[in-house]
Amino acid sequence: MAETTLAKQRTRPWRIKIEPRLDEPPAWFPAAVSLGAVLVALILGGILISFAGGDPFASYAHIARASFGGIGVLSDTIVKATPIILTALACSIAFRMKLWNIGAEGQFIMGAWGASAIVLTPVLAAETSRWLFIPVMAVAGMIMGAAWGFIPGYLKAKFNVNEIISSLMLNYIAISWANFWVFGVWTEGGFQMSPMFPDTAWLPRLSEYASSIPLFRGLTTHAGLLLGIAAAIVLWFIVFRSRWGYEIRLIGDNARAASYAGISITRNIVYVMMLSGALAGLGGMSEVAGVVHRLQTAPLAAGYGFTGIIVAWLAKLNPLAIILVSILFGALILAGREIQPSGVPKMIQGIILVCLIASDFLLRYRIRLVRAEEEA
Amino acid sequence: MDFVIILQAGVASGTVLLFAALGEILAERSGVLNLGVEGMMLIGAMSAFSTTIATGNPWIGVLVAMFVAGLLSQIHAFIVITLQADQVVSGLALTLLGAGISLVLGEGLSKAGTVSLMPNFSIPLLSQIPILGPIFFRNQSVLVYIGYLLTPLLWYYINHTRGGLHLRAVGEYPSAADALGISVFRMRYLYVFIGGMLAGLAGATISLAVAPGWFSELTTGGQGWIAVGLVIFAQWDPIRAAVGSYAFGALRRLILDIQGPLTLFGADNPFYYNPYLGFFLQMLPYAFTVIVLVIGSREAIRKRLGAPAALGNPYIRGERGK
Repeated sequence: MAETTLAKQRTRPWRIKIEPRLDEPPAWFPAAVSLGAVLVALILGGILISFAGGDPFASYAHIARASFGGIGVLSDTIVKATPIILTALACSIAFRMKLWNIGAEGQFIMGAWGASAIVLTPVLAAETSRWLFIPVMAVAGMIMGAAWGFIPGYLKAKFNVNEIISSLMLNYIAISWANFWVFGVWTEGGFQMSPMFPDTAWLPRLSEYASSIPLFRGLTTHAGLLLGIAAAIVLWFIVFRSRWGYEIRLIGDNARAASYAGISITRNIVYVMMLSGALAGLGGMSEVAGVVHRLQTAPLAAGYGFTGIIVAWLAKLNPLAIILVSILFGALILAGREIQPSGVPKMIQGIILVCLIASDFLLRYRIRLVRAEEEA
Repeated sequence: MDFVIILQAGVASGTVLLFAALGEILAERSGVLNLGVEGMMLIGAMSAFSTTIATGNPWIGVLVAMFVAGLLSQIHAFIVITLQADQVVSGLALTLLGAGISLVLGEGLSKAGTVSLMPNFSIPLLSQIPILGPIFFRNQSVLVYIGYLLTPLLWYYINHTRGGLHLRAVGEYPSAADALGISVFRMRYLYVFIGGMLAGLAGATISLAVAPGWFSELTTGGQGWIAVGLVIFAQWDPIRAAVGSYAFGALRRLILDIQGPLTLFGADNPFYYNPYLGFFLQMLPYAFTVIVLVIGSREAIRKRLGAPAALGNPYIRGERGK
């Protein structure tokens, strides 16, 4: 197709030639292309912001200042990045097997619900030691997330049901489920939230150590970040250093070859969806125990699952790169809350993803300027 | 609760799903999976509503919505047809992009008040048929009647015309179509565009007829995704898509109405006395979509039916085996 459109330009002395890359591009090249795609996305986003009556320069300057402009806001940025790290890890492991789990949002909410159920049912009394409370909540969150990932995984493995739609439908069901408990069972005086958790069920924050380290005063960064980093390292080992990870990568690259090699695809579909759900569920637990401190739907169903998709893609599914990219997106979301019009962060995320996908073309094809005579 | 009223309203609200599903059927039949339906519907709903506010004419609103959503679909077309990128990720990106742009440009529209809507009317004679008349032909929006016309037309087009044959060839066996002189790329761009226009029409049907107004992302509330699921259930057949769409529309309406009466089938209505049970009712359309997908997928396995063979694959000229 490229050949036919460009054939008309044959009269010019130079023409652009697009040809498939035969060799691997240098190691820095994919990162540079991604960075370029993000820059193009920010420019396009700026044009749209000014079209909607905003000032793009002020918006971007505000995003930078409100997210990295001091230790306090930097801490807030990391707080926003924490749930994204976990949902992006969740998406990355499923995507590596070409399983399109876009239900991280619902798995996140079910994880938050599972952790809350430990506190609010109550399974554990408020006086329980934090050392027992937090691990039990984390396990409950991961189990609920895994259960929510199991459903589309099982349906895919057993009936070949499209996991994109089933996992997405489960997002809406999870929100209704959480709403039922928030409004109908655990409501605090008829408000749209449960009572506050006892502080034994809170993830420790930096500000708790302000008496010994004054720098930490008022910082809200919580131990969920450690959960995210630990999960990223564990996932990196699973994917790149374990037999299971090798199977997952093989299925993702060539399912037929994997099947001939004796790897059970159906079983791996279910397991990977459950692992993916468990990671997202852990994210929900981290958010509810580290930030919200009560079950409340609006701050939990804030689109972390969808941002996770973009972050996973931008990080090329690499668990360690996900941590860095999540911090950038945490900044975008944090600063975006105060920007008018309010849809700007979402729009910029969409534009970034579009530019990223488009830029992948440059990794597969080489664009060269050639002399017309060379061709003839 | 009057079942005729529920079904009548169900047909109207099912029309939204119908347009979106018909558009997706055309795109998928040509071999392009477009998961951006939700985003295209949102941008359609937003631009239909804001254009109608600006011009006072809902017909212009509908046309602008179709054009804008069609334009948005061309981003997806460019990325997956020309740049040969992954159709799933690009479709997701399109949904995010459509949602984001419509939130930004639709800022303040939710307080814009009322606009003139698409006209409702009854069809003489047909509306006098017992039961079916009031359900299908009494006081429905003009868009609902367009849906009645479009469904059989598309069915006929896909299955019994030369253009439809080319469409199916491009989606089933693009290299053979190419060898016959059909431009695979041009056809795919065209059908993705038409699919986008129909998604925009679906959005306009919400904001100018079924549930007038702009309520940010709640305007569509996942109906674009339900439509994508319905296409699989319908096995890429417009008639089955229509049946599924109207059934889903009726279900949505039933959920709203079932919470009203004090008694249900002679017993106390639990949904009236415990309104929190309504959250379980809200799950139903989504749960049914999953169930319908299971049914559709099992049937496809049993009858050895399948998606268009080239669905999801980029066409690369000269590559072997495609």
